Amino acid sequence: MDFSKELDARGLNCPLPIIKTKKALSELTSGQVLKVLSTDAGSVKDMQAFASQTGNELLGSEAQGSEYVFFLKKK
Amino acid sequence: MSQKKMALIASKGTLDMAYPPFILGSTAAALDYEVQIFFTFYGLQLLKKDLSDVKISPLANPAMPMPVPMPVLVSALPGMESMATMMMKQKIKSKGVASLEELRTACLESGVKMIGCQMTVDLFDFSHDQFIKETEYGGASTFLQFAGESDICLFI
Repeated sequence: MDFSKELDARGLNCPLPIIKTKKALSELTSGQVLKVLSTDAGSVKDMQAFASQTGNELLGSEAQGSEYVFFLKKK
Repeated sequence: MSQKKMALIASKGTLDMAYPPFILGSTAAALDYEVQIFFTFYGLQLLKKDLSDVKISPLANPAMPMPVPMPVLVSALPGMESMATMMMKQKIKSKGVASLEELRTACLESGVKMIGCQMTVDLFDFSHDQFIKETEYGGASTFLQFAGESDICLFI
């Protein structure tokens, strides 16, 4: 998937992946896609909640072993 | 949709109890909530400029996991509190959990309003220059005005 920016949140625990995602999104313009890498198993549910609460669309979410990859489209 | 609001009372000043208000505050702000935290009694310690005095105690805290079983009387020995705090901070770091400073900064950067309880300032003879400059001061009415309009309201 094409993306404009990548955020490496691996090794960080709750709530840092979400806080850093919010910050990274603020540097994008509407419609651009942010890729987020995480190792926090809680971030799967957290990212869904973040997307539904903030209106930034979660385009995709996949687990690769103990790593998680998310694609968020800025509102 | 109008902006959601969250009102918290932070009443405790130990390392473990400092986490919930700062985690929820910073995360709620990231989720576009307007957030106010009212720091009262021991919670006011969390607004001190220097957070290195914030400690955890194994005393009266039987649920705290210890590396070896520890009798209460041993936990009461001098230096045990500092040791427990040091060990907890190491654990926090090694697990990628944010430090209190980091979370408080995240709160401030995202516009979380920090209200210090003026009555507590008077009660313990504190002065405003001991606290971070972003602190606003007020009392119960200040909190209730915002809390009354809030969607989430928690006492911690």
